[in-house]
Amino acid sequence: MLSDFYPLFVQLAIAAGLSFTLLKAAALIGPNRHNIVKRKAYESGMDPIGSAHERYSVKFYLVAMIFIVFDVEVVFLYPWAVSFKEFLEAGAGPGVMGVVMLFVIVLAIGLLYDIKKGGLEFD
Amino acid sequence: MELAWYWTALIAFVIVQFLLISASVLVYAERKVSGYMQNRPGPNRVGPFGFLQPFADVVKLVFKENIVPVLANPFVHSLAPMLMVVIAMGAGALIPFAHNVVIADMDVSVLVLLALTSISVYGVTLAGWSSNSKYSLLGGLRSSAQMISYELSMGLAVLSVVLIAGSLSLTEIVEDQAGGWGLLGWNIFRNPIGAILFIVTAFAETNRAPFDLPEAEQELVGGYHTEYSGMKFGMFFLAEYVNFFIASFVIVTLFFGGYMLPFESVLLGAFPALVDSLWLTVLQLGTILVKAGFFAFVFIWVRWTLPRFKYTQLMTLGWKYLLPIALANMLLVALGVALLS
Repeated sequence: MLSDFYPLFVQLAIAAGLSFTLLKAAALIGPNRHNIVKRKAYESGMDPIGSAHERYSVKFYLVAMIFIVFDVEVVFLYPWAVSFKEFLEAGAGPGVMGVVMLFVIVLAIGLLYDIKKGGLEFD
Repeated sequence: MELAWYWTALIAFVIVQFLLISASVLVYAERKVSGYMQNRPGPNRVGPFGFLQPFADVVKLVFKENIVPVLANPFVHSLAPMLMVVIAMGAGALIPFAHNVVIADMDVSVLVLLALTSISVYGVTLAGWSSNSKYSLLGGLRSSAQMISYELSMGLAVLSVVLIAGSLSLTEIVEDQAGGWGLLGWNIFRNPIGAILFIVTAFAETNRAPFDLPEAEQELVGGYHTEYSGMKFGMFFLAEYVNFFIASFVIVTLFFGGYMLPFESVLLGAFPALVDSLWLTVLQLGTILVKAGFFAFVFIWVRWTLPRFKYTQLMTLGWKYLLPIALANMLLVALGVALLS
């Protein structure tokens, strides 16, 4: 129910107020003497070369994709975990367990394939 | 228990302030503990035993200039530290601090907790991207890859607890650990592999050593907060300490009986007057604080004991060891639940 979440929103709002106050207080109290050298990005004392918004290694995208597959798997498993005891009471334990085993094994084979293909090598 | 909104707001305010103070205490504890581990006294000038040092540091940070790099995106540059603090503090609303003492008591608090920890990945990534500095970008990317890799094992470790308790509510997970003789109902004894997995992944999720690659200073300068200074840096620092304190609370709640006193049923049998009394609540608050304080100490202890992983080792550990172990442990726990019930 949504009303259960209101206290969480209250807490988030108070935390947001706190962090906003900290930022604003620092902006008001702190000095404001900018110059171009101060505002350059740090690159070991040299002038920065180009923008940092460049292309980066495709490995990060691979990790993100595998993450999505397994995260969805974990999300699918939560309803099963919550109601597993009810399944057991209803006598459907072995069947449910078999289906979950199948589901996990299919994804485990996928993980094994990815590891063997070198999708998770970072050298 | 339904409370009027202003009481909720007041209690939430108190908890936010409590987390703020505890972050200062933890900064002091970290510097003092690391000092003694390295055979030096640590901070000892400001106030008695240097206890006011973190407060002096905060005041100093407020008086510092707010520097935004020329090429940075100013809005996202400010948003990232705010996001980190808000998410870290927000998770405090879900922890049951004693029986019936929890701000947001909902049926799905485990899921909400995992969702909040996922959002903190955005804080790190946005900080790294918005600074428009190469070190920041690499730190942010590494950090997001690390956090999402360990989130899977963490989710599966939590899943094994949910299997045992049959509920997604943190309160019910704590109540579920009341059974057994004395301590034996705690999930650390019923699900030891899950507990170890969760503790390891909690270190990775909070970016603490030995998983503090995002800010590996020898190779990435300051990682995702290279371009942050003054209070914005202070907010990242605050969020880190609040995060690992909250992580200690979550470890305690999921695996170490939460606010339960050790041998609580024996104690209540001996002193029936305690049942539902204010004293029991106070004792439970004290208990969870002692337990969480111990795990906060473990976080500090590990940071000053173990060297940092290489990035390849970190990804190998996460994907090739922790994830299969977590999957196997989940099936093992399911079998255990099926056989024992």
